[in-house]
Amino acid sequence: MAIAPFAHPRGLEIKLRATGVSMTFHRDGAMTKVLDDVGIEAREGEFVCLLGPSGCGKSTLLNILAGFLKPTAGQVLIDGQLVQGPDPRRIFVFQERGVFPWLTVEGNVGFGLFKRPREERERLIAKYIKLVGLQGFEKAYPMELSGGMKQRLEVARALAVNPDMLLLDEPFGALDSITRLLMRVELLRIWEAEKKTIVFVTHDIDEAIQLADRVMVMSARPARIQRVVDIDISHPRDISSPRYLELRDGIFEQIGLAHKV
Amino acid sequence: MSALTTPARWERFVWPLLTATCFLSVWHVLVRWSGTTVFPAPIDVERGLRELLGRGVLWAYVGDSLRRVAVGFTVAVLFGIPLGLTLGWYSGAAQVVNPLIQILRPISPIAWIPLAIVWFGIGDAAAMFLIFLGAFFPITVTAMNGVRSIPSMFRQSGRNFGLTPAQLLARIVFPATLPQIIVGLRIALGIAWLVVVAAEMIAVDSGLGYLVIDARNSGKRYDLVVAAMLMIGLIGFVLDRGFRRLETLKSIRWGFRDA
Repeated sequence: MAIAPFAHPRGLEIKLRATGVSMTFHRDGAMTKVLDDVGIEAREGEFVCLLGPSGCGKSTLLNILAGFLKPTAGQVLIDGQLVQGPDPRRIFVFQERGVFPWLTVEGNVGFGLFKRPREERERLIAKYIKLVGLQGFEKAYPMELSGGMKQRLEVARALAVNPDMLLLDEPFGALDSITRLLMRVELLRIWEAEKKTIVFVTHDIDEAIQLADRVMVMSARPARIQRVVDIDISHPRDISSPRYLELRDGIFEQIGLAHKV
Repeated sequence: MSALTTPARWERFVWPLLTATCFLSVWHVLVRWSGTTVFPAPIDVERGLRELLGRGVLWAYVGDSLRRVAVGFTVAVLFGIPLGLTLGWYSGAAQVVNPLIQILRPISPIAWIPLAIVWFGIGDAAAMFLIFLGAFFPITVTAMNGVRSIPSMFRQSGRNFGLTPAQLLARIVFPATLPQIIVGLRIALGIAWLVVVAAEMIAVDSGLGYLVIDARNSGKRYDLVVAAMLMIGLIGFVLDRGFRRLETLKSIRWGFRDA
């Protein structure tokens, strides 16, 4: 089990610690081992990427972190507490179409605020619509929005309940490459403003290096953590700097890909 | 008028009007040409309609038919939607109840007429019961299937935001299923309108179905038969139109698009 050495760039407390997490699915009498003794850590306010090939089980891991799935073995601690189910303190953001199509932009952002008094709810709705740049679309329905706007809406809905953590499952995977790039900039801006701990699942090496403080490289199924890479470049990151390319090459090699097409 | 262009405003009225005019002309010509004295021409039907209006029975009968449908349909909604949602949510319950539903569902409400009369006697209650039966199954089944087809991420989101099971039902399951429920209601209302005519021919002595059978039995007034049929068609069309309008509401329309 590989846990990163504690070279804390931010020197902050451990927010999330998953140890010895294994997951085996039983389907039609066959057993599929998806996760094998996975251990990860994320510090308070850290941006961690889980990077691995498609179908390696990184989404399964994220579902376990969210409390949607119970691992076959191992445990997940958040703030030292055992995760036993979903919790509004950590919100899961889906790949696409996670927003509720029957609610307007306002309705979606306010979805988790049902316990707050009305004035506070309206204030928070306005705040987060502004944060993700959806002003003017308050009364619009998701089907009237572009893919990128829907994804920003889902992030706003998640942030509105003031969670400590966001768990993002390839949130930009369904977007075109230009929108995806813009969304990364947006997400970093929001992360800077809101200081949440983020666990971000992706299969895109560039995406991981552009966003994360640390990248956990996962192997093919059954997934293990192969290596943890500290991305020691400050934001905004120059994606043609020697250090960026060096990190990128290292991860390409780790995954076993020759980076020539 | 290509399939790719949206029809202009005038076209939406002119083309149907033209179709109706052609239909009536052909009907008129065929009746005159065949020299039939039994089957009425459009003009006879129009006279028949005016006679019914003059006797004050037309609106009374329309009202009776609509009232029976309203009651039977409403009861079917009140039982069918909660039952369908429950069965969709608890797959265990569905396993127990669904076989029964699937066997009862293909039985035409018409086949229930003898039992309806035994249980409720001749009268409104028997007709309403038959309408209830006709509407209940499509409503239940579409609601059930609707719940089953909710993407799992909607439920997960709901749980993630800390919703209780009751809130999950009200704020996720119901709105996510609503487009399919509306389709179920539209189908059910169509069936209810079919059934009321049949029920009124046997179980009661008012309503449009009664008018059809009564016009035939008391003096072979086929002009009135066709006039009643025309009213049945028009009202059925208006009811369906009303439901289609519901489907265009934005909080529902998402269910009818691919994107």
